[in-house]
Amino acid sequence: MLHGLTFTVPRGQVTGLLGPSGCGKTTLMRAIVGVQVVTGGEVTVLGEAAGSAGLRRSIGYSTQSPAIYRDLTVRENLRYFAAVLGAPKDDVERVLAEVGLADAGHQLGGTLSGGQLGRAGLAVALLGSPELLILDEPTVGLDPVLRQELWALFHRLAEAGVTLLVSSHVMDEAARCQRLIVLRQGEILADGTPDGLRERTRTTDLEEAFLRLIEERTAAA
Amino acid sequence: MNAAITIATARRIMTQLRHDHRTVALMVFVPTLVMILLYYVIGDERAFAHWTPILLCVFPFLTMFLVTSIATLRERSSGTLERLMAMPLGKLDLLLGYGIAFSLLACVQVVLALVVSLTWLGYDPAGKVWPLVLVALLNAVLGTALGLLCSAFARTEFQAVQFMPVVMLPQAFLGGILVPRDQMATVLQWVSDVLPMSYAIDAMRGAAAGGELSGEFWRDVLIVAGSTVLALVLGAATLPRRTR
Repeated sequence: MLHGLTFTVPRGQVTGLLGPSGCGKTTLMRAIVGVQVVTGGEVTVLGEAAGSAGLRRSIGYSTQSPAIYRDLTVRENLRYFAAVLGAPKDDVERVLAEVGLADAGHQLGGTLSGGQLGRAGLAVALLGSPELLILDEPTVGLDPVLRQELWALFHRLAEAGVTLLVSSHVMDEAARCQRLIVLRQGEILADGTPDGLRERTRTTDLEEAFLRLIEERTAAA
Repeated sequence: MNAAITIATARRIMTQLRHDHRTVALMVFVPTLVMILLYYVIGDERAFAHWTPILLCVFPFLTMFLVTSIATLRERSSGTLERLMAMPLGKLDLLLGYGIAFSLLACVQVVLALVVSLTWLGYDPAGKVWPLVLVALLNAVLGTALGLLCSAFARTEFQAVQFMPVVMLPQAFLGGILVPRDQMATVLQWVSDVLPMSYAIDAMRGAAAGGELSGEFWRDVLIVAGSTVLALVLGAATLPRRTR
């Protein structure tokens, strides 16, 4: 359940969607992608109503549990999704390289490690160079080196004009976003830059900032 | 709908099957093996000849129904369906993709069973062979379409497997395999009249009996084909783009 959320995500930036498990991050992302039943309210994506057919080529979406065929190789998965999207053929090798899976392309989905599976799911989202990327916990279960690499990729994409909405429940990832939306129990606790958030809560640590936001909210109630 | 996406989907499903040798082997060989078993159980070529067209019609239907309903359910639970629904893929692209891929497999299944029946099992139909193949294949596609439709109502693999007796057995019982359709109670005859398998079995028998193919044969074939289209359209309607 989401309550009275109003926000806009600026183009060409990495916006972080943060908050504890079960706070509504996935529901919100699914609503933007257009696969969630929305009972009230309006979701507009790139100037069109969320879920409209015209948007399906412009949004790349990777789910928390990687939606990959386990009985196909990574490359076969990518080839199929590329065909559905009408993406150019060489896109498969490009996205494999971008997520660092070029060596695992011949492996069956079912034989991949958790981190590799996640990256395979992310690779599908990158196919066809979408304008908007909705990534649900893309770095979960990855070692620090890979996380670093993926965040570098996200920033490269943003510089090229791609809009990214990345969810995470790890606060140290917040510092890497240009803008943050903090959710808790389906409500927005904060919406601004990491610096703005630090300033507002008078702390340098974002984890601490999050805790203070909750205190603030409880005190107000 | 988009032909390129439909074909890519069919190809993807066949690639999945290619990675799963055991399933393919079971689907291709089991119907034939069961027919061979029945041949020796009955131990009489004339009596067996009565069963051959029915088995040729029922087996492909059965396997296709089961395999399709489980495959689509897996597509739902793995999240790949949601991913596809967020992509420019039409619902019918997906359903037809499954239809094409599994029909090709059904083709192999039916042809093998028929070849073994005609040679080893001494089956000698009075009529031509191609109408038998046509009806058996159509019925296999019907099985695929019904499997796609039923998987929409199953949340788990256990439920999907249970749909087989629910959908399958009444159609077999009421289709005139055990008791001729016109000897059943009136109410049961009505039910039998709306079940597509009844027409497939009638058509199969008509084709096996030989002589000129009657208008009734073609009417039955059309009804089976029409039911397939109806099941596919209903299947597409029950496939939501948005879920909770």
